[in-house]
Amino acid sequence: MCLAIPGKIMEIEKNNEHAIVDYGDGTKRKANVTLIDAKVGDYVLVHAGFAIEVLNEKEAQETLSLFREILSMEEK
Amino acid sequence: MFSLKDKKISNEIVSKIKKLDVNLRFMHVCGTHQDTLVKHGLDVLLKDCGVEIGQGPGCPVCVTTPKEIEEIISLSKNGKTIASFGDMINVPGETQSLQNMRTNGYDVRTVYGIEDAVDLAKKNKDKDVVFMAVGFETTAPTTASALLKNPPSNFSILSCHRTIPSALKTIIEMGEIKIDGLIEPGHVSTIIGTKPYDFISKKYNVPQVVAGFEPLDVLMAVWMLVQQIEKGEAFVQNEYTRAVHEKGNLKAQQIINKVFEAEDIKWRGFPVIAGSGLELQNKFEEFDARKKYEDELIDLKNKEFKEPEGCKCGELLRGLLSSRQCPLFGQTCTPSNPVGPCMVSIEGSCNIEYRYAKKR
Repeated sequence: MCLAIPGKIMEIEKNNEHAIVDYGDGTKRKANVTLIDAKVGDYVLVHAGFAIEVLNEKEAQETLSLFREILSMEEK
Repeated sequence: MFSLKDKKISNEIVSKIKKLDVNLRFMHVCGTHQDTLVKHGLDVLLKDCGVEIGQGPGCPVCVTTPKEIEEIISLSKNGKTIASFGDMINVPGETQSLQNMRTNGYDVRTVYGIEDAVDLAKKNKDKDVVFMAVGFETTAPTTASALLKNPPSNFSILSCHRTIPSALKTIIEMGEIKIDGLIEPGHVSTIIGTKPYDFISKKYNVPQVVAGFEPLDVLMAVWMLVQQIEKGEAFVQNEYTRAVHEKGNLKAQQIINKVFEAEDIKWRGFPVIAGSGLELQNKFEEFDARKKYEDELIDLKNKEFKEPEGCKCGELLRGLLSSRQCPLFGQTCTPSNPVGPCMVSIEGSCNIEYRYAKKR
């Protein structure tokens, strides 16, 4: 139920309510984007037809190096 | 899309935990975490390292009570068109499930989200459409959003929304099991942020980590919890920084507060948990199926409903049992013939255990 799938916003409709989200496996679906401030190209988490959060690309790319840092920190 | 795979880090976490020689029991409250744990064999791997992880009341379909299911069945019997998430349709109430109603010719539709249910009402003005609004804080803003957009008058919802933090408090206060740490649900947390969990660490001295859903997210969360325990600390850490902010999604919180108010509500397997339900505010009563169809539901009002016979879902949701400890598991209770909700829902621990059993 709380499953949320990441996808990329390809196009935002004129009314700014819905966007076409590409889930990367050939699936594109409409999602409501009124709960977030998103722009075309953003990665979002979609749950029950609504984008619930914009994924922070910088944080995502830095996750692994942050993990390495945490693991090495604990050794000190 | 982002990939979060690094075998070296995974191996390092596992070997570090092993070296510490711990004996810990963690709880998570999300079916997607359970799926990650079982699918990738992390539950077995971590158990070998002295860390046992169990699923608590983290499956909205599973914690929905037989009474709520009987309410929607009653509305179905009275001719309403029922729109529901797929998982909910197969959960038996005391008498039957929505699936049985559908088989008997009643109008029960599976929808992907509330907007599909509103569209159904718009296209079928001659039908009264009732959406069974199940879900935690992740789903509640989607319901609120739809109600704020003036749905048609033939549309209403049966709110079964619940909120996570008060359930965590209850399970700790019940004191039936040892909980050394909590892995908090990443997607509930995208909405509520990390602050609503603070009081649990402060009051009960329980470490918490908000975690994502990749195998490495879960392993890292476990490592963070183990580290807090080793250092004698208890606070809320955020592992899922790519999706969860400290304050959460403020827009979503605002619309939840515009539409709902907290109510005391029973969870399957639990007593009534104060303030853990979301009922519609009075100004939305025209969309509140419980008020709109009060006369049709009156017989159910003070009635108590029984759990399915022999079903251990209640104990499972309180973390007292694992799926395989239930005598019905895989015998009389299977996904194609489920006795209780934990075997129905793809987020239920029994369904997950059964699905991946062959890989074990």
